[in-house]
Amino acid sequence: MYAQMVKSEATKEDPAMLAAFQARIDAGEKIEPKDWMPEGYRKTLIRQIGQHAHSEIVGQLPEGNWISRAPTLERKAILLAKVQDEAGHGLYLYCAAETLGVSRDELTEMLLDGRMKYSSIFNYPTLTWADMGAVGWLVDGAAIMNQVPLQRTSFGPYARAMVRICKEESFHQRQGFDIMMKMANGTPAQKRMAQDALNRFWYPSLMMFGPSDKDSVHSSQSMAWKIKMNTNDELRQKFVDLTAPQAEFLGLSIPDEKLEWNEDKGGYDFSEPDWNEFYDVIQGNGPCNTDRIEARKAAWNDNAWVRDGMLAHAEKKRIQKEAAQ
Amino acid sequence: MTGFSKQWPLWEVFIRGQHGLSHRHVGSLHAVDAESAMKNARDVYTRRNEGVSIWVVEAAQITASSPSDKGPLYEPSESKVYRHPTFFEIPEEVGAM
Repeated sequence: MYAQMVKSEATKEDPAMLAAFQARIDAGEKIEPKDWMPEGYRKTLIRQIGQHAHSEIVGQLPEGNWISRAPTLERKAILLAKVQDEAGHGLYLYCAAETLGVSRDELTEMLLDGRMKYSSIFNYPTLTWADMGAVGWLVDGAAIMNQVPLQRTSFGPYARAMVRICKEESFHQRQGFDIMMKMANGTPAQKRMAQDALNRFWYPSLMMFGPSDKDSVHSSQSMAWKIKMNTNDELRQKFVDLTAPQAEFLGLSIPDEKLEWNEDKGGYDFSEPDWNEFYDVIQGNGPCNTDRIEARKAAWNDNAWVRDGMLAHAEKKRIQKEAAQ
Repeated sequence: MTGFSKQWPLWEVFIRGQHGLSHRHVGSLHAVDAESAMKNARDVYTRRNEGVSIWVVEAAQITASSPSDKGPLYEPSESKVYRHPTFFEIPEEVGAM
């Protein structure tokens, strides 16, 4: 889940208009950018879609780390295509957010100065090649859990962006699982690397869904508006239920002694991640928070001359064309 | 911080998915001019053979109807049910028409 703990905004419009808006959502209608919407709906969506977009963009960094060191040319080409997709996903989402009246540059500014967040998962380092497997398999796997239901979200541009993203995301998870299979069936040292990657990424992946939200008022408002489709706990359970047998197939063990099939509930029992670690990471104290934001700032600032130069060149060509007419 | 003063214009992207189909809106992007909008559209929206032709249009050039015009725009056609073939009953023995 790329949007964690998105605070939903209170709204104080005319109750009749709010009721009519809610009735449209309940009837399954899509809300489009020019339609009337409560201010809270607009603000919550900007925050959620923005955080989601930032996660796609920052999410390129841990994987970009391995492009130059991929073990074969084929793996390098695949990883490059995957990272390019993440940039594309970020762009689809920024465009969806822009229809709500915020500019992409404003969103970028809010990321760089810390007013907006990205998913906690990207603050963990990718230490070995096996981490590329674990990220694709677990991190993209967890993202899919959240993104598939969001294809039915009430805001049209967000739902349509999600449809495009989901089509591409399946490649991401499969390429990760493929790396894990190769390593799990490789030499004992390669299998140990795969196990080590699973050990390090398991709990951070569970954290991606955010803390239990059964008592959260924000969650219930977002669910009524259909911008959040399932509770965090539902999605986390679904993720564990799908992933545990996959780990077994790989011959790897999930680092949780309490993980056990529970016949009564028809799902696995499992340990919660350390939520103190989660809060610490989103407050900026994860292993890579500083590096990630520094990298984004450097990309933005060091390339300002390219943005300005292209704009100046286009303006010059436009003036020349006008003069020639 | 530099570069927040002027943003690249917004362009809407339309793609013909296959020969014989019309262009369809797929999304938008930022670019300095039509030429670079076309290059960006290729990278952002057709990484997996999604199209055989691309149109890019500067978003500012598009005039859109407003949701509040829904009544005046579409109501007149709702009341003219005889425009639909199902309005007319044709006896079964006449056959397909």
